[in-house]
Amino acid sequence: MSLLLPLILLGLWQQLATAGWLPIGIIPEPLMVMRSWHKWIFGDPALSLSPYSGTWVDNVLFSSKRVFQGFAIAVVIAVPTGVLIGWSRLFARIVDPTIQLFRPIPITAWVPFAVAIFGIYDANALFLISLGAFYPIVVNATQGAKDTNPLILRAASMMGASRLAILLHVVFPSALPSVFTGLRLGMGVAWTAVIVAEMVSVKSGLGYVLWDAYYVNRMDICVATMVSIGALGFLSDRMIVRLSDFMFRWRK
Amino acid sequence: MDYLSSKSPLIQIEGLSKRFDKRGLHIDALADINISIYSGEFVAILGPSGCGKSTLLNVIAGFDTPNSGLALFRGNPVSSPSPKRAVVFQEPALFPWLTVIDNIIFGPRMQGKSSVEYMPRAERIIQQVGLEKFAKHYPSELSGGMLQRVGIARVLVMDPEVLLMDEPFGALDAQTRTVMQELLLDVWERDHQTIVFITHDIEEALLLADTVHVMTARPGQIKRTIKVSLPRPRSAELTTTPIFNALKLEILRLIREEAMQAAKDAVI
Repeated sequence: MSLLLPLILLGLWQQLATAGWLPIGIIPEPLMVMRSWHKWIFGDPALSLSPYSGTWVDNVLFSSKRVFQGFAIAVVIAVPTGVLIGWSRLFARIVDPTIQLFRPIPITAWVPFAVAIFGIYDANALFLISLGAFYPIVVNATQGAKDTNPLILRAASMMGASRLAILLHVVFPSALPSVFTGLRLGMGVAWTAVIVAEMVSVKSGLGYVLWDAYYVNRMDICVATMVSIGALGFLSDRMIVRLSDFMFRWRK
Repeated sequence: MDYLSSKSPLIQIEGLSKRFDKRGLHIDALADINISIYSGEFVAILGPSGCGKSTLLNVIAGFDTPNSGLALFRGNPVSSPSPKRAVVFQEPALFPWLTVIDNIIFGPRMQGKSSVEYMPRAERIIQQVGLEKFAKHYPSELSGGMLQRVGIARVLVMDPEVLLMDEPFGALDAQTRTVMQELLLDVWERDHQTIVFITHDIEEALLLADTVHVMTARPGQIKRTIKVSLPRPRSAELTTTPIFNALKLEILRLIREEAMQAAKDAVI
């Protein structure tokens, strides 16, 4: 049922292209995209030197690895920071204003600095990804920690839990569902960031292919890349949802 | 007064007053409360809603500090919450991500006890409250009465010196409440645990307690202290006996008098 509308749109697109109503140099026809994509994935001996022959897996791995690494850095820093901000008024007063000061700056605006500092290497992409993913995770972790039911905090202290134990055994698990909302949002930003970084500076990955294919007028490859990025974003989101379903099976 | 010194109270409240400041408004919650609670005693604090009886419990628990007066536990001022003064809240206040058994052993674990020490006790108590089949369930899978059983079990396992109960059955339906009251009487019969029980339900106070402190409307004061010398072990049938009803009538009159006084004060 949910596939019905996309299939109709795809059919319509193909029909328009076959009828010759689309500017073929700008909007490629779906069947051509499929053929090029197939070559891009599985290769073609006749075109073995083409950058769009058999290089899809490598590029997917380049981008995915960057997203995974950058996202991991963001999680490791943002989750503890957010939980601490939500839990300690002192820590919030010291750290939170700085975060809120930097947060409105879009990650795209960081690109020149990222290139200037990290050059055209992976570190540049990792910086943009982790910075971009950091904000939604830290904000949601903060809110999750703040929303800890005050009654269960009382209960924990009545049962002899120390302040540190309350942070680890009550505030943190209580903030986790909200943290996972942040992870989903952060993952979306991470994919945006990796494409931006690869389009502008890093010389590999799906973002690089996207911009490069545009320059040599391979709009079919552009479309195949866009769909690939979408699919990867969707897949990583499902992975987080699966993990959270497993972790929060106590919610019903 | 020499005969009193031989048995000093477990909890002593002396001239205790508590005021809340809300947006520049002073609200006197408690005014000059004096109570002594002895070890093994089942005490009920009975009063209308908003009379500050929960505040009194919170002070004894160490969640709130009084503005004046003293709350003494074994002769020492109460300064912070402690597993020795265990609280059963009106809402169950369980950890939703922990199973029933993990909720019950939370206290001993936090106090750094070894599982060899607390597990046999936890298993005995989970049986006593009738939840052994639900040990691996999460709170979201249990009914209100069962949740409150967990709330009671998790404090019993800590072997507290006093059980502070803040209208623990207030949110339950009438039938479940009766079952829970009998469960609590049963628990009390076993080891005569000291209990301070907050309620606005006259029958509940009389059925459970040895001593009922009747409180006035805000600012809360102790209007009268009534000794309930009904025989034990008690059960819900006791509430239909003439002697029970006579006591109930006495308290009803007290409360009506109080309500009339409050209405008169409001007019002036």
